[in-house]
Amino acid sequence: MQAVYTNTVPVDAYRGAGRPEACYVIERIMETAAREMGVDPSELRAKNFVTSFPHQTPVIMAYDSGDFATNQKQAQKAADVAGFGARKAEALGRGKLRGLGYSNYIEACGIAPSAAVGSLGAGVGLWESAEVRVNPVGTIEILTGSHSHGQGHETTFAQIVAERFDLPTENIKIVHGDTDKVQFGMGTYGSRSGAVGMSAIVKAMDKVEAKVKKIAAHVLEAGEDDIVIEGGAVKVAGTDKQMLWHEVGLAAYTAHNIPDGMEPGLKETAFYDPTNFTFPAGCYICEVEVDPDTGVTEVVQFVASDDFGTIINPMIVEGQVHGGIAQGIGQAMLENVVYDDAGQQLSASYMDYTMPRADDLPNYSVHHASTTCPGNPLGMKGCGEAGAIGSPPAVINAITDAIGNNNLSMPATPAAVWTALQAVSSKLAAE
Amino acid sequence: MYETNFHKAATAQDAAALLAKTDDGKILAGGQTLIPTMKQRLAAPSDLIDLSQAVALRGVTITKRKKMGIMKADGGETITIGAMTTHAEVAGNTELAKVCPVISGLAANIGDPAVRHRGTIGGSVANNDPAADYPAALMALRATIHTDSREIKAEDYFQGMFATALADDEIITAVSFQAPALGGYGKFPNPASRYAMAGVFVAKSVEGDVRVAVTGAGDNGVYRHAGLEAALSADWSTAAIDAVEVSADGLMSDLHGTAAYRANLIKVMAKRALV
Repeated sequence: MQAVYTNTVPVDAYRGAGRPEACYVIERIMETAAREMGVDPSELRAKNFVTSFPHQTPVIMAYDSGDFATNQKQAQKAADVAGFGARKAEALGRGKLRGLGYSNYIEACGIAPSAAVGSLGAGVGLWESAEVRVNPVGTIEILTGSHSHGQGHETTFAQIVAERFDLPTENIKIVHGDTDKVQFGMGTYGSRSGAVGMSAIVKAMDKVEAKVKKIAAHVLEAGEDDIVIEGGAVKVAGTDKQMLWHEVGLAAYTAHNIPDGMEPGLKETAFYDPTNFTFPAGCYICEVEVDPDTGVTEVVQFVASDDFGTIINPMIVEGQVHGGIAQGIGQAMLENVVYDDAGQQLSASYMDYTMPRADDLPNYSVHHASTTCPGNPLGMKGCGEAGAIGSPPAVINAITDAIGNNNLSMPATPAAVWTALQAVSSKLAAE
Repeated sequence: MYETNFHKAATAQDAAALLAKTDDGKILAGGQTLIPTMKQRLAAPSDLIDLSQAVALRGVTITKRKKMGIMKADGGETITIGAMTTHAEVAGNTELAKVCPVISGLAANIGDPAVRHRGTIGGSVANNDPAADYPAALMALRATIHTDSREIKAEDYFQGMFATALADDEIITAVSFQAPALGGYGKFPNPASRYAMAGVFVAKSVEGDVRVAVTGAGDNGVYRHAGLEAALSADWSTAAIDAVEVSADGLMSDLHGTAAYRANLIKVMAKRALV
């Protein structure tokens, strides 16, 4: 092993961490292979879809579920692929080159089984922790190790608790990021807060529910199996006997009348260690228009159809996809860290480093065709990084389709696209 | 930012008097370049003399050209823009938009709204950023730069990258030019900074004199393009531009594009300036 000192800027994992790179290589190869064989790129992919699960890959990962064909069909319909030829002809009439590109990504996230990452050399286990604390007045605090810094956990996590106990979301408080209060946890990254963090909450809620039912069965003199939780109350099914939710909380804390040997209080903790990664997958279709005079490329349409398993909050998931695609388009067309030969960074400010801005981005058309993930209690797959993983090859496949030159690296800046176009036109001229 | 002394001047004369008393004072117009440069500690003037209160340096004056008692419709009006007039004021001046829409459009596309509401024409011209828009306009429009001590023709004034004919203690008070009979500006914005990577200003004066000035692309600031001027003098058309070879010699190459790319952009932007 050789170690080298460098004066360049330290780098670390970026949204998708490794999967955008892998996806880019695979999806560029698929598109190139289809073009060279003269077959439709979507058909070549469809021929190669995995259709039976579990599917053990040669490299550790065992795909647990997915329906790649449905996602592709749904994306093609939303993108009106059938009408592309007409749009291309219309664009040409305006002097613009229109191109279409696919990316059928699959990625592994929701990290991860602790034993698996241990075998790969990780220094930590990648479980997550949750504490569900039902207060004597019935309000609930969820203490989670999955920190929320824009992912909307306060909304989504509260939703699953509210739904489970049939309570208003305003009675539920999500506590995170405060090490004075929250038990040890592993954190938010690798699209794991849903699949791992929420699963820990579910496991802790299982314990709370079991205790609530025991207390109610005891007080209401009924069998535990007959107890149901609904409408803010804990009821004996088929009777009018019930305790209001907060009365169960109070009963647990006064402990005047709870089963013999039961500990007072109503607070449970769970540590959830996933049994597998989750494998979100989808089909992205990007359509671009290139101005051949300048190389300026506009993303005129971007369609995503993703399989994220169970979706708790569609708006938050859609937001994650929007942000991910924006980052992917940034990577594909705009962002570039450049050094000169002496190691001086030339892109050290936003005067030279092109961050994606609103007017660089299209409206997104986001769809889902989900299969339930068998690996966690809610059936969820990660959605935080998918957009950034799947989008760059779709963009480059579209641009290379438009300009008729497959030799184009990211970022496809106007100058790079124009230069690639010159190479094609001078080749044509030579012929 | 290093410590600096801040002064307000009510007139250009006040500013000149204040400037004379400082060690290394600088005139502050809109501050859209100077202040960021000071924040990065790339500039550290001992004093700043702020002209934002100098109302006499602000505003657009249009002197209509009359011919036999009837206003001439196709250019020739003398336009004077005070040095402290912001880009937004130039862009939003409805009278100016009638007589010289090309300058209104150019001002409307400088920077972003924040820059346009602080940045001034005098500041832009004094700084002479090699990718700024106004230098190309003033060069092509055969403008005059008025200072507190003299008048300078644009051609003599712009002397290369960030270099001008201004003396250290000289203050720009206004710029003036004749509205062209025909004029246009094609700008290709840098994807990151949105300054011009190539900005081409084409103008044909009422006397028929054609000038083409290029900003953003040259390796030494704004310059006139002789080949394009000759072609457009003979034939004011995009076909005429098509026939011109724009050389990459003397053009900038950087991370955003090669000299060859910029040469192409000059031609494309010249054509777009025409339509």
